[in-house]
Amino acid sequence: MTLTDELFAKNTVKLDSKIPDGPVADKWDNYKENMKLVNPNNKRKFKVIVVGTGLAGASAAATLAELGYQVDAFTFHDSARRAHSIAAQGGINGAKNYKGDGDSVHRLFYDTVKGGDFRAREANVHRLAQVSVDIIDQMVAQGVPFAREYGGLLDNRSFGGAQVSRTFYARGQTGQQLLLGAYQQFSRQVGLGGISLYNRSELIDIVVIDGRASGIVVRDLVTGEITSHAAHAVVLATGGYGNAFFLSTNAMACNVTAAWRAHRKGALFANPCYTQIHPTCIPQSDDSQSKLTLMSESLRNDGRVWVPVNPNETRLARDIPEEERDYYLERLYPSFGNLAPRDISSRAAKRLVDKGQGVGPKKNGVYLDFSEAIERLGHDVVQERYGNLFEMYERIAGENPYETPMRIYPASHYTMGGLWVDYELQTNIPGLYAAGEANFSDHGANRLGASALMQGLSDGYFVLPYTIGNGLAPLLNKPMPGIDHPEFKAAEEAARERFNAYLAINGTKSPDYFHRELGKIIWDYCGMERTEEGLKKALELLPALYQEFKTDLRVTGEGDNMNQTLEKAGRVDDFFQLGMLMCRDALDRKESCGGHFRSEYQTDEGEALRDDENYCHVAAWQWGGDPMTPNLNVEPLEFEAVHLATRSYK
Amino acid sequence: MAQAVTSQRGPVTGTATHKRKKRPFLLDLYSTAVGKKYVMGITGIAMMGFVLFHMIGNLKMYMGAADLDHYAHFLQTLLYPLAPKGWVLWILRGGLISMLFLHLHAAWSLTRLNRHARPVKYQSKRDYQIANFASRTMRWSGIIVLAFLVWHLLDLTFGVVNSHVGEMITHSGDEESVKSVYASVVHSFDRTPVALFYVVANILLGIHLFHGTWSIFQSLGWNNPRFNTWRRGFATGFAAIVVLGNVSFPIAVMAGIVG
Amino acid sequence: MSNHLKNITLRIWRQAGPAAKGNFETHVVDEITDEASFLEMLDILNDKLVTEGKEAVVFDHDCREGICGTCSLMIDGQAHGPQRGTATCQLHMRQFKSNDTITIEPWRASAFPIIKDLMVDRSAFDRIIESGGYITADTGGAPDANLIPISKIVADAAMDSAACIGCGACVAACPNGAANLFTGAKIAHLSRLPQGQAERYSRVEAMVETMDERFGSCTNHGECEAACPKEISIDVIALMNKDFRKAKFSNRKDLARK
Repeated sequence: MTLTDELFAKNTVKLDSKIPDGPVADKWDNYKENMKLVNPNNKRKFKVIVVGTGLAGASAAATLAELGYQVDAFTFHDSARRAHSIAAQGGINGAKNYKGDGDSVHRLFYDTVKGGDFRAREANVHRLAQVSVDIIDQMVAQGVPFAREYGGLLDNRSFGGAQVSRTFYARGQTGQQLLLGAYQQFSRQVGLGGISLYNRSELIDIVVIDGRASGIVVRDLVTGEITSHAAHAVVLATGGYGNAFFLSTNAMACNVTAAWRAHRKGALFANPCYTQIHPTCIPQSDDSQSKLTLMSESLRNDGRVWVPVNPNETRLARDIPEEERDYYLERLYPSFGNLAPRDISSRAAKRLVDKGQGVGPKKNGVYLDFSEAIERLGHDVVQERYGNLFEMYERIAGENPYETPMRIYPASHYTMGGLWVDYELQTNIPGLYAAGEANFSDHGANRLGASALMQGLSDGYFVLPYTIGNGLAPLLNKPMPGIDHPEFKAAEEAARERFNAYLAINGTKSPDYFHRELGKIIWDYCGMERTEEGLKKALELLPALYQEFKTDLRVTGEGDNMNQTLEKAGRVDDFFQLGMLMCRDALDRKESCGGHFRSEYQTDEGEALRDDENYCHVAAWQWGGDPMTPNLNVEPLEFEAVHLATRSYK
Repeated sequence: MAQAVTSQRGPVTGTATHKRKKRPFLLDLYSTAVGKKYVMGITGIAMMGFVLFHMIGNLKMYMGAADLDHYAHFLQTLLYPLAPKGWVLWILRGGLISMLFLHLHAAWSLTRLNRHARPVKYQSKRDYQIANFASRTMRWSGIIVLAFLVWHLLDLTFGVVNSHVGEMITHSGDEESVKSVYASVVHSFDRTPVALFYVVANILLGIHLFHGTWSIFQSLGWNNPRFNTWRRGFATGFAAIVVLGNVSFPIAVMAGIVG
Repeated sequence: MSNHLKNITLRIWRQAGPAAKGNFETHVVDEITDEASFLEMLDILNDKLVTEGKEAVVFDHDCREGICGTCSLMIDGQAHGPQRGTATCQLHMRQFKSNDTITIEPWRASAFPIIKDLMVDRSAFDRIIESGGYITADTGGAPDANLIPISKIVADAAMDSAACIGCGACVAACPNGAANLFTGAKIAHLSRLPQGQAERYSRVEAMVETMDERFGSCTNHGECEAACPKEISIDVIALMNKDFRKAKFSNRKDLARK
């Protein structure tokens, strides 16, 4: 009996992934043909709450409103246009095969499963690849100005982990243009009355009544008022938890609160240890740094990554002769070269920096060099392709990348783990859905470049609008608990107490201090390389620091008006609890796969060594009343269309 | 009209569902700030035409009293005998007056709109990057030019402050007498304060034109990368020609070249 | 490589709420590396304030990559500070010198009421987009993405104006508090594309009229362009003006014949 079977038998929650019947290529069509529908006139009788207005949230809210559902949309930003989807630079994948280079839905599906190190659910990934083509059509129809060839057709570029060009892009601002497209469609529905928009409102609890998600409790960030909102279904499109590391490429406000509060109310949290460390970020320059900035992976199309062979190198990059440079990605992974997947590139960089071959004043980076590309293509072509990224680099690092190679280093970027959802993107709590980065579904243990935008829009545009209808149809004309239900009142009261408690501690250290310290622990022990010893240490350090947080936190100001320190305290609290779960999950998964690399489990060549016998499963954790005592549930992963193989990019 | 908005809480929905008032399209256009700027542009062009031709006509001064007076007579009898004497001139004046009125009304209501749009000023010093003296003083240069215009009409058109206006003269070779415009002008500029006011007002007119002429291209949407770089040059040239021409008159009178 | 700046005096606008009376408060930052971003300097100040039991300075910020448009701040009389084409979050201390006095004020416009300290409410921008800043294309019915070829020049021009991040610097910098650059940028983006033609005139009408309800008028100073972190040209305002005029004069039944 494998470990997976053993664990599965011990599940405390019945996990039904609801994968439709049939061959993998037909599952989505089968689902759509057999799902229940809601009559157009009845749709307006249903209210759906969408939390978050990034790609997944805005597209879901807009589409649901177009269909006729009443949608209440919540964002903690001042406007629905600010979500961090906007910062995605490189592009979005679509299996259009416009280049005629052999792309197909199946190949995108295969690349994504393989890129995810065979830890994703096949059926979900295939659906993602299928609808990727519709996403491109939809976004073009909405006026997203994707890059074009001179003849007027759409242009494509390549991304890590793929041998075809299938990435559509809008300069280095693809996420911005896609989000603005979705935001405009969303805004149209706000204008027409299909969506009620609540801005600067942060979710602080989920209300579950008789086992069904019945609504949410939110805090108005401007007035501090805590209110309840009831609905037939709740969608969480609240992004990932990369800010658990404190320093990450996420925006400052990105947090895990919505997902975590759902988790505490019974939703399972899947694979929290699957975090992606992006190889091309600007290295940290000083201790006061608040975030790290991503340099698009697309730069690796033309940039070459290298470090000096000599660890004690003191010459300027351009003075180091070719033979004294180590183009290590090209050397180690000749067939993918500089476009090796993110987890692999990141670890390679870390190892060289750890060996002392790093570059820059803190010796904490590697070179990403464009001199060869500038010579081959000319300054103007390079500027045309990457100009805005080069400018951004110069503003931050104070160096001109046309003359000196960029310095890059890996940083926390994306989290593949998230709320456990079934094929319908519904969590184990009926009526509670999770979309985009907030769920765990499509990327397995590692996400390929240009796939996050694809997943967010796929969930929001082409999956949820169908599956939510299927879930709501049986509820027609049935009574729904209102916000005067005692559960809502109790949740409001608990939230009020929680926020008053932060204000009352009156200790000596700011929430930022704790967040920074928490981030250091997680980065050191649950970052790019993890060990049993380190994780155990983290699980001692974290509860101790959390205890300090609860007794020595200082939050100034009041709770009844705009108070960013108080907001932060609530978010850091949830990061602490999540951090413990991340380490626990990493400790329990005794294999290396994708973004989860355990030093004990590697090949002789230092590559990730999976254990398909015992760990070919999703680890979905149930809240056990205390962050240190979660209950493990597993969902075995079955592969029908794809053969489990060792990932090789050599 | 821009209204002070207070930060309101609560859901936002149905913001684009209210019915817009149906009005005749010209009123509809004029009711918006963009439309008012359009009107300012059109009326500006009309008045630019006037100041240019007014200046060119007055250059006759350098050809002697008879030429200037005959030119004035020509204006008085424009299209005569098709139209009665003076009628066409009054029609043109009527047009100019309505242009001026529209220009002023649009400027006044836009100013009010802009005041409402920022009721609380910046409390620290602004560091302007592009806005220049001309663009930031349009209202003041406009008001001073308007005051000058009133004086100028009282002086040289209605003769309220100029006893020579209305005098008739018969130039040698003429059969009938014409109004002695030349003498009125010379008399006017013989008074140094009047001449100085004239010079100052025309420089301000030039500054007003410098920004206004460039602005017209933007406000009317005449924008094309092929000629955009000429717009500033055109505005500068136009303003310079009008100012140089106009300012030369009082200087010529005071210097004794004319008179 | 990194230098340290010493003795920076900050004059920061503090205001308890929308209706409260505000004033400048002075703080001194003794030492800071020039590698730090401007907002990181404020983070450090805030951390110090909280530790001292004082309320942190409220300011809007999020992505810190110059793309989300959340950050604002009037720094020494310039929207987003002294560096051209740079949002506040991308401004670094290497733009300043030791012993500088830096004045920080919120953006001021009646359409952007102050929420607290340096934070303003820019929802008025959303209202403009809601009134027409979109192409109506309900999910599901889109034709193939390559059906309509779009010249690279057109797509690039649309992208230039679509780069707007909605930060509101144009309004803040405009001596009249006008939102023409913001509105014009969206109109130029959508009306330059073939997909945007069907709603071209109704869009410009609705957006301009909504803009009028809350903002001042353009007097062609060009301050907006100078303040714009994405350096969007005021050409988009001319384009909006042209389309607005056409919207009022042209026969829309003939739209497809042009």
